[in-house]
Amino acid sequence: MERLFLIFLAAFLINNILLIRFIALCSFFGVSNQYETTIGMSMAVIFVMTMASAVCWGVWRFLLDPLGVGDFLYIPAFILVIAALVQFVEMVIKKVSPTLFKAMGIYLPLITTNCAVLAAATESVKPGFWKLGLEYNYTLGESIIYTVGVALGYSVVIIMFAAMRERITIAPVPRSMRGFPIAFIAAGLSSLAFLGFKGLFGI
Amino acid sequence: MDTNTIIKASLALGGIGFLMGGILAVASKVFYVEVDAKVQLIRELLPGINCGACGYPGCEGAAEGIAEGRASNTACVAGGADLAKQIGALLRMEVSDAVGVANKALLRCGGGSSQVAHRYVYDGQPDCQMAEQLAGGPLLCSYGCLGLGSCVSACPFVAIVIGEDGLPKIDWNDCRSCGACVTACPRGIIALVLENKEVHVLCRSHDLGKEVRAVCKKGCIACKACEKACEFDAIHVIDNLAVIDYQKCTSCKKCVEKCPTSCLVDIGADK
Repeated sequence: MERLFLIFLAAFLINNILLIRFIALCSFFGVSNQYETTIGMSMAVIFVMTMASAVCWGVWRFLLDPLGVGDFLYIPAFILVIAALVQFVEMVIKKVSPTLFKAMGIYLPLITTNCAVLAAATESVKPGFWKLGLEYNYTLGESIIYTVGVALGYSVVIIMFAAMRERITIAPVPRSMRGFPIAFIAAGLSSLAFLGFKGLFGI
Repeated sequence: MDTNTIIKASLALGGIGFLMGGILAVASKVFYVEVDAKVQLIRELLPGINCGACGYPGCEGAAEGIAEGRASNTACVAGGADLAKQIGALLRMEVSDAVGVANKALLRCGGGSSQVAHRYVYDGQPDCQMAEQLAGGPLLCSYGCLGLGSCVSACPFVAIVIGEDGLPKIDWNDCRSCGACVTACPRGIIALVLENKEVHVLCRSHDLGKEVRAVCKKGCIACKACEKACEFDAIHVIDNLAVIDYQKCTSCKKCVEKCPTSCLVDIGADK
């Protein structure tokens, strides 16, 4: 139990996917203009990432690893699975719940190519990735906990960052710094702030 | 790597591919959702040039907005009154015949390369933003048109060409008032003006008259001759620049005759 908590915390805060590891920056800067869109994006990321990791875990454990081809085939296999999964989920949501589709519909295809999803899936599923020196058994439960941590870390940071950017747009920023330049500087400063979590609980 | 591994790898990946393809094919039939036919019909009417003047992400988004009633039939700025009528007819809406006055983009600078003095020769990328950042631009006038054609490349309707004297010429027959050039211009020279107004101040310089005269033959020197000539109290010199109050201006052109540097221009003449 304690280990699960530590895995979650490490993925969520200490090794935050956006601000510490700089993965998925394209969506981080692309959709963080508005507070509302980031909430839809975050919902979609949490949903897709968790599901993608669970399915990839199955693909690794029951197909790639037994065949002994996982070491070089994991990236294409996972991308294939994630892309098909997102397509499938999109179709189902469109039919079953138009309201939910409106809320996160346009973000689903975007997330197919989101590097954070692939990163979370490979790290939590494939043995051999660096994991903060924690003992890690690669069971389904741990994999899902790790991914939920990563996805929540993504959501919290992107929502916080969108709120910041909304304030920055009405601030007197020099003309040449408006838009992306000031956003990059703000991201860098937030990243420095997140470095403060290093060493929490001895991780 | 032996043959066995290659076969295993292709089988594994091919298997996943086939399985996923099959599931998606079945799902696309099972979970098929009918699309609103209105969206497609409206989409075909729209110009399809994705200028973004309506505020939607492209014509596709605008078509959905109009079909769902989030936008009115007049949402498409580029399409103008004609398109609004067609969409209105498609949606069986009541459309009045009253046609509003359209906005057109106007270059508010008359200082062509033979009129204005240069600080240096700009030899970089033909982009106004870049030239502007290089020591404040190659012109001695810090308000004037750089003539490098950022508006030309921004115009989705190919209505702007660089004319003689290095100034962009905006063809009002092709201009659909989308405002892309207005945002593209780093000096804010281009503005949307009412189509039926004929007199405009083709200068943006707020410098003192003496300084303007030193760098440009066509600039506004704030002499106030136009202010005195105007019978309708429609033109005033504010911060060393003549500004027309278009609410009061009747396009009588008295000020145009009095302007010593001819920065006040009757654009109706060459329309």
